[in-house]
Amino acid sequence: MLRFIAKRFLETIPVLFVIVTLTFFMVRLAPGGPFTTEKSIPPEIQKKLEAYYGLNKPLYHQYLDYIGNLLKGDLGPSFKYATWSVNELIWSAFPVSLELGCYALAIALILGLGAGVIASLRQNSAADHMSMSLAMIGICVPTFVMGPLLILVFGLGLGWVNASGWDSARDRILPALTLGFVYAAYIARLTRGGMLEILNQDFIRTAHAKGAPPIRIIFKHALKGGLLPVVAFLGPAIADIITGSFVVETIFQIPGLGRFFVTAAFNRDYTMVLGTVLFYAVLIIACNLAVDIVQVWLNPKLRFE
Amino acid sequence: MQPRRRRNSSWRGRICLFFGVPLLVCSLTGCGKHETRVEAGDREQILYEGNGGEPQELDPYVVTGVSEQRILMTLLEGLLSQDPVDLHPVPGVAERWDISPDGKTYTFYLRKTARWSNGDPVTAHDFLESYKRILTPSLASEYSYMLFPVKNAEAYNQGKIADFNQVGFKVLDDYTFQFTLENPTPYLLSVINYHSAWMPVHLPTIREYGDPYLRGSKWTRAGRFVGNGPFVLAKWQVNDVIVVKKSPTYWDRDRVRLNEIHFLPIESDETEEHAFRAGQLHVTETLPLTKIDFYRKDYPNLLHIDPYLGTYFYRFNVTKPPMNDKRVRRALALTIDRESLVKNVLRGGQLPAFCLTPPGTAGYTCRTQLHEDIAEAKRLLGEAGYPDGKNFPTIELLYNTLEGHRIIAESIQQMWKKNLGIDVRLVNQEWKVYLDSQRTLNYQICRASWIGDYVDPNTFLDMFVTGGGNNETGWSSPGYDRLIAEAARTADPQQRLEVFQRAEAILLDELPIIPIYFYTHVYARRTEVKGWYPTILDYHPYQYVYLEPTANQSH
Amino acid sequence: MQETFTAQTQNAAPLSEAEAGTSLWRDAWHRLKKNKMAVASAVILAALSLASVLAPWIAPYSYEEQNLALRAVPPQSGHWLGTDALGRDQLTRLLYGGRVSLMVGIVATGVALLIGVTYGATSGFFGGKVDMAMMRIVDIIYALPFTIFVILLMVFFGRDIRLLFVAIGAVEWLTMARIVRGQVQSLKKQEFIEAARALGLRRRRIIFLHMIPNVLGPIIVYATLTVPAVMLLEAFLSFLGLGVQPPMSSWGLMIKDGADRMEECPWLLIAPGVTLAVTLFCLNFLGDGLRDALDVRASKD
Repeated sequence: MLRFIAKRFLETIPVLFVIVTLTFFMVRLAPGGPFTTEKSIPPEIQKKLEAYYGLNKPLYHQYLDYIGNLLKGDLGPSFKYATWSVNELIWSAFPVSLELGCYALAIALILGLGAGVIASLRQNSAADHMSMSLAMIGICVPTFVMGPLLILVFGLGLGWVNASGWDSARDRILPALTLGFVYAAYIARLTRGGMLEILNQDFIRTAHAKGAPPIRIIFKHALKGGLLPVVAFLGPAIADIITGSFVVETIFQIPGLGRFFVTAAFNRDYTMVLGTVLFYAVLIIACNLAVDIVQVWLNPKLRFE
Repeated sequence: MQPRRRRNSSWRGRICLFFGVPLLVCSLTGCGKHETRVEAGDREQILYEGNGGEPQELDPYVVTGVSEQRILMTLLEGLLSQDPVDLHPVPGVAERWDISPDGKTYTFYLRKTARWSNGDPVTAHDFLESYKRILTPSLASEYSYMLFPVKNAEAYNQGKIADFNQVGFKVLDDYTFQFTLENPTPYLLSVINYHSAWMPVHLPTIREYGDPYLRGSKWTRAGRFVGNGPFVLAKWQVNDVIVVKKSPTYWDRDRVRLNEIHFLPIESDETEEHAFRAGQLHVTETLPLTKIDFYRKDYPNLLHIDPYLGTYFYRFNVTKPPMNDKRVRRALALTIDRESLVKNVLRGGQLPAFCLTPPGTAGYTCRTQLHEDIAEAKRLLGEAGYPDGKNFPTIELLYNTLEGHRIIAESIQQMWKKNLGIDVRLVNQEWKVYLDSQRTLNYQICRASWIGDYVDPNTFLDMFVTGGGNNETGWSSPGYDRLIAEAARTADPQQRLEVFQRAEAILLDELPIIPIYFYTHVYARRTEVKGWYPTILDYHPYQYVYLEPTANQSH
Repeated sequence: MQETFTAQTQNAAPLSEAEAGTSLWRDAWHRLKKNKMAVASAVILAALSLASVLAPWIAPYSYEEQNLALRAVPPQSGHWLGTDALGRDQLTRLLYGGRVSLMVGIVATGVALLIGVTYGATSGFFGGKVDMAMMRIVDIIYALPFTIFVILLMVFFGRDIRLLFVAIGAVEWLTMARIVRGQVQSLKKQEFIEAARALGLRRRRIIFLHMIPNVLGPIIVYATLTVPAVMLLEAFLSFLGLGVQPPMSSWGLMIKDGADRMEECPWLLIAPGVTLAVTLFCLNFLGDGLRDALDVRASKD
């Protein structure tokens, strides 16, 4: 196990390196730069600005500078938010997204796994159709519709919660629901599918025939195999949830990391793009590693890989 | 697998849980009506304002936007301040001033009671040092050009002279400051009184955190920022809130009635409107297009439509056919039903624009006006070689992705198709790509707008001089250039406006642009906000603003 | 696998002559037909697709015809689904929008399926260093900034709508590959695969003829989940300038516009929203039906 993790660690370095390099050159190729503004800047000023940020050096030189700083842990100053460094911005925004993500994930797992397992147990019954229909709602109703709907009903209509913001404990509810519901839908569908695959297999019939109680069958025999597709999905999904959603954070005015992913690209804030991409990449790799470990645990046959 | 008949309440239980948990949470945290944030704010004189995007920086010499300016106006004060009703210059740090008869020398007499927030007195030396900072080439300040009316300021900023003493700023004594200008600039006072480029900064504080002549000094954080304005910076949380508190050292602090202002950087106008309705904001920055009618009908006393110094227009790339033909441009310009656009599509009280400069700008109203005339347009198009739109190539209309721009473009696309028989393809680009395309003349027609930097026709008209950075059409007219330069040199205000009339006449004859409408500022504001007047630049000096709930509020 | 199945049916109903010459696919089709929900869904989907294809002939108005004075009105005679802010008939725009959305949904999902399944199955089957390299490539692509990628696509290749499929396909195949890989990894150790290898069957044959059919379950499920995601992603891409240009619209765009006007003009959201939901429900039931039909071990006969 430890060797597995260590090996993965070593593999991570070249992967991150490739990601940083590709992203670095990708953002530079996009038209417009951080200082392209509606009211044009006099050319001499533009030149000075670029000189200050090192943008006038040849590209490979800038790249090497960036890597040099990166190795020291310095992600550079944000081009758009001049007074903050990328480190500071990510450090202040991530805990918010993480908190929201955890609540959303809890909702998604409880609802999703629950609905999925129930539906698979009662295949083609009313319960199955109902819970899957509810799940489909999570998929058909995008976050930019569900969010405002929830706000209209619970925030503006009933007045139970604020319409936006991230101050009081109550402010967490609607965004967590909005974000969690979508993932719950995916998890429910995948769980049901995975469980059905397993539940129809001979060894389950055997266990039944032997008189094992249904709960035991579910938890001891079926879940391990049935959860495989969900687990594979959850890897990137968890990374996505905890780095925040641009849509949810914009609708609910949450100072999270999700917004930066999109706004940095639109602002051509080179350092911020790289910083967020790198951060996300590390998370993805960590989550996928966890997923691989869980998959091996769920399916012992993989252990001798 | 198993017979479905066996009843199992677990799925029912799950549904109960699904609805029950939020209800439980709600009741635990105390649902139901409670005092809204604005009601609490009314009591404590705390104003909550939606401020658009997160400020890029709070260093007045580095920022470029309206959101930043608004906050800076609370933290800093220049030589002059603004009258809340019509923004005319009133004493700020300077208690009085005189202007020499030739209009080129301004002398300001500073009051002795003005203080920085750390107690230091505000002196003429502070202004000298500040203006040196903004003009220093290494700082690369985007708005340094605001100071170019001052003698040799431009030369110093471009590095042509190295000695700042040659620039037309002089300290006569600790409390007397003088500028010498290149040319008499009649509108100068109306710029100095609000623009952040003219505000002073506290050099000792900047020095403490970095090199004052380079960017990157992190002196603008809450707890470090030292300013001389009516408020001080108390909190700055990115994408969350900026809080300013009443300054105990401001010379006019007795006039200031607000205790705090919370600026909320809400980017999405829908989110902002929801927050307003939920009682979380006193004032919004804007209002979504779709909500204007709603407010007109249900909350007319909360809806505000103020005149705004800005024009929405389309640019032509005049360097490539068919737009290089004046007649084609004119035909397109004459076929737009601006009234219908404004009345049916925009619905925000905007005014149709038949010239570039908004009417009444510093007493100037352009006499040349476009007149919509479809028959004339058809004739011109035919004359240019495209009778009834035959053989007219499909042209592209570029705009940046935004609902408002899209529906205007769609309407105009239809107007041109129906009346002239020409095909226009709509192309939307993301913001930076759009800006880049405009700058590099990689478009045929594109949507544009210009918000005036100061209240004077020059801010609109000098865009289109040959090679101007904001021209972006490829249009060049030596006659126009000459007139704009002449206006800059003319001391007599009336004569000067006459020169502008002639210049704008040329512009409207050649039509490198199509003026479409004049902006209004549409937003929502609660009735308890007092001391707030409609101003054409949307600046509301906060030392005059206060909260006074009336007996029956609509919320 | 074929052998086992035939043996089963022979034992189950030795006297019925219908058994002669039956195959996996024919039986699956037979089962599918019996699934009423699936059949109903297929019919509805076909009807929607047909309506969209026939839009230019059956639509009451032109999709771009504006009526600025009318503005947005709720459903009424003459405009069965109401009009939008520019007075354009919603029913017409819904029909035309379907052409874009359905095409994007099917093609992009198809592309994602093709790439994802092949990639994931290969990676899972080979294991070891190949698997490691392939999965790391997936990680890399997943982490790259999508917005920038699309902008670059447009810069270098123009605004072809086919690029839309490339952009969407480039993103959606990744998770599919991962899921398939997981499934294949667990399947790899099963006896019938070992048997196939022992028999010396070529690896490509094993992957395509033996493994993939057995992982169809999660594939179908995820594909039905991908279609809606793709349709909504198209709306985001239109924001960037890639995708349909006004005045043409798509269901995703109509939903987005409807969401903005949710309070004032709910009909603008309901019509495309319900249509999208119906499409997805149908895909869902059809997908489930397919999955059930193809599941050899389903003992529902």
